[in-house]
Amino acid sequence: MAAVAQLEATGLVKDFGGLRAVDVEAFTLYEGEIRAVIGPNGAGKTTFVSLLCGRFPPTKGCIEFEGRDITAMPAHQRVTLGIAYTFQITSIFGNLSLYDNVALPAQRRIILDGTGKVRDRAMAALERVGLADRAQEQASAQSYGHQRLLEVAMGLALGPKVLILDEPTQGLADSEIAEFIALIRDVAKGTTILLIEHNMPVVMALAERITVLDQGRVLAEGTPEAIRADKAVQTAYLGG
Amino acid sequence: MIRSILLHGIVIAALIGLEPVLSEYHHGNLARIMVLAAYATGYNILFGYTGLLSLGHAMFFAAGMYGCALMIRLAEWSVGAAFVMGMICALIAGIVVGLLALRTIGVGFMIVTLMFAEAGYLTILYFNEYTRGDEGFTIAQSVRAIGNLDLSDTTTRYFAALTLFSVCLMASAALVQSKAGRVLVAIRENEDRVRMLGFDPFRYKLLALVLSAVMAGAAGAAYAVLFGYAGASFAAVPYSIFPLLWVLLGGPGTTLGPLLGTVLMFYLVDYASGTIMPGLASLVETQFGIEAPGLASAYLLLVGVALVLLVLFAPKGLLGTLRARVVPWLP
Amino acid sequence: MDFLSYLPFTLPHPALLLAGVLEGMVLAAVLALTALGLSIVFGIMRVVNVAHGEFYMLGAVLAWFVTHTVTGTVGGPPWLGFAVALIVAPLIVAAIAAATDWLVLKRLDYDPEATIVATIGILYILQQLALTFYGPDARPVEAPFDFRVQTPYFGYSGYKLCVIGAAIVLMLIVWLVLTRTKIGLVMRATQYDRETAQAFGIPVDKVYAGVFALGAGLAAIGAVLIVPIQQAHYLMGGDPLLLSFIVVILGGLGSLKGTLVAAIFIGLSDGIISTLYEPTLAKILATLLVAMVLVFRPQGLFGARAA
Repeated sequence: MAAVAQLEATGLVKDFGGLRAVDVEAFTLYEGEIRAVIGPNGAGKTTFVSLLCGRFPPTKGCIEFEGRDITAMPAHQRVTLGIAYTFQITSIFGNLSLYDNVALPAQRRIILDGTGKVRDRAMAALERVGLADRAQEQASAQSYGHQRLLEVAMGLALGPKVLILDEPTQGLADSEIAEFIALIRDVAKGTTILLIEHNMPVVMALAERITVLDQGRVLAEGTPEAIRADKAVQTAYLGG
Repeated sequence: MIRSILLHGIVIAALIGLEPVLSEYHHGNLARIMVLAAYATGYNILFGYTGLLSLGHAMFFAAGMYGCALMIRLAEWSVGAAFVMGMICALIAGIVVGLLALRTIGVGFMIVTLMFAEAGYLTILYFNEYTRGDEGFTIAQSVRAIGNLDLSDTTTRYFAALTLFSVCLMASAALVQSKAGRVLVAIRENEDRVRMLGFDPFRYKLLALVLSAVMAGAAGAAYAVLFGYAGASFAAVPYSIFPLLWVLLGGPGTTLGPLLGTVLMFYLVDYASGTIMPGLASLVETQFGIEAPGLASAYLLLVGVALVLLVLFAPKGLLGTLRARVVPWLP
Repeated sequence: MDFLSYLPFTLPHPALLLAGVLEGMVLAAVLALTALGLSIVFGIMRVVNVAHGEFYMLGAVLAWFVTHTVTGTVGGPPWLGFAVALIVAPLIVAAIAAATDWLVLKRLDYDPEATIVATIGILYILQQLALTFYGPDARPVEAPFDFRVQTPYFGYSGYKLCVIGAAIVLMLIVWLVLTRTKIGLVMRATQYDRETAQAFGIPVDKVYAGVFALGAGLAAIGAVLIVPIQQAHYLMGGDPLLLSFIVVILGGLGSLKGTLVAAIFIGLSDGIISTLYEPTLAKILATLLVAMVLVFRPQGLFGARAA
């Protein structure tokens, strides 16, 4: 199975004043894989991923998506290319209904495709995460776990090629986490997944490959077994 | 959707039906109210639906008013052509201000719009020669006609104002139901998220601002033509605050809120300056022996009190609160 | 020198220029005090007070009432009336401001947009109450003393020079209080981190009321100082509000040094331009300048970039 490079970052650097938050020489995300990005707190995981989806520009470096240089491309355009991002701190439309929340990304997809109905797409996304029966309820009235699922549904409604999930299981109950793992396995059949996670069992259950970040740099990269055995990774986690 | 069409239809029909039964006094009032409600409807698109609080909308109203009135007065254009010119002036103002002001958010946006409006007002005063500044100028009755229709006739004027308001109301209702309207509401709720869902917020905000400006300009031009007057006071700060008040009172983010707010506030001020204030003034003087020389004309006091009370206790306004509690489908 | 005739404007006579500069300095002095009040309120409470100009106006109007009572009813000399006004008026204004904060702004939890709308309402309430009880006329207040500083070329009002001096002294006092005293420290602590300050037992609500009162009081003092030069009128708050905005935004919201520098710059330009050229044009340019600064350089000239 030939691995096709889908999202690549080269020499990616982000400085905040005097602090170098990200310094990644090379990073390649392959089409169809489930990649986890882990690292101790403050390692720069969210910053790194924010650079990839364009929430702010890098200080230096280059980002390519399917062979195309997107370094200067604004965030909303990257989304239309097929990169979707779910927020670490839940960012939904609290005052709107669940349906209205997913209707918006559904609408985006349909405008891009030129065909399809918003209702069908939106309900399909809600079905997939198991929230379809609550479609008319208000988003802010949902439990935290359901709100996280709504975030994922919004990402799915976009029909992205790459889905970036930023600490999606944080705050979820164990039963919800198990359901979540099953959901992502299902989604991964058609979408490349880039997953930032602290929850090691989730990482081990889902990830095909793991990238470890520490202080903005790539510390190690490899299969879950290799990472588990890696001494440097152990030091970073236990020492940091 | 059907309910929405019915609702708006009923309101417009009611306004049509009122025409023959109104006294001369209320005829003129309602015509004025409808023009101002069109202004407020435009403001609502930006404030109520998109969540951008402009403190300078008077500049768009005045752009329409002067764009139209000056063409009639100085270049002797016909009413129709001048009206279009007024809207074009407001359109240009909206685009220019939008391209600049939309680079700021929140408090910055409020102040920038306030500053632009203030500059606009001062410019009108500066070119006193042409605009007659604060004093303003009138447009002769003979000129105010479209074809055979004499716009200074109370009935014609009423229906002209009604037409303007209806068009603005329908446009606003259509926008709200549309895909673009959905994006605007989402921007109001959570702009960052909207960006990460693939929409360019700037483009949508600019659309909302320009549409809002054009409606305000149309109202301004209509006011000049229907009431035969243009003056710098329509470009001053109070005229930027009024639509905010009307929309807040009626319910920001509801299509009919602006009309309700304008009607209520208009009659409240009218009643106050006519009856309450003078009565209060003489009461204060006789009962407390305090001289209150200005009380009779201090109707803006009500505006101030209304704003504070609304912001403290009812930021959703009348229809907004109704929608939240009782009628969730209210557009 | 012949090249002077090629300039696009006429150079004024030196005495006129000096007069313009001094007028500018008087304006700058009062403007600096007023803008300082606005700046402190924004710096510490993160609140834009649109009614600030009305607190200024109230200072002037109350000064008129006080001097009128002292000199008229009681029959005291002008300087006494003025001295009492200088103390009493700002205190009353400060009290009104504190009440406003407690009753309205606190309930809004100092939400930036809601506060602006509320202060607009308060603007109209204060303005119209002044109209109600003071009336629509402009009335003069007698200056406390009447000497002129006279040189062979040029004479200038001694009172105006004292205004400049008084403003400088007051600003120094405020700066000392903010940076050297415990009260100032408490204020700055609530500015940095409201929640932590609260956790340390600082009564943030009361501090905010005090800060708001201080801001209004400074504006009122400025107005009392200027009222013998201008007259007291219920609409006189509009210009100082606009100018204070310009000063605070150019200087950087929250930066006291920036406020001072900008006040001097604006005061001088306004003074010089108004004395010599067309004031409306100057105001147009000033408002557009503020707008552009906010759009392209929101931190102003001295302020730090907002987090």
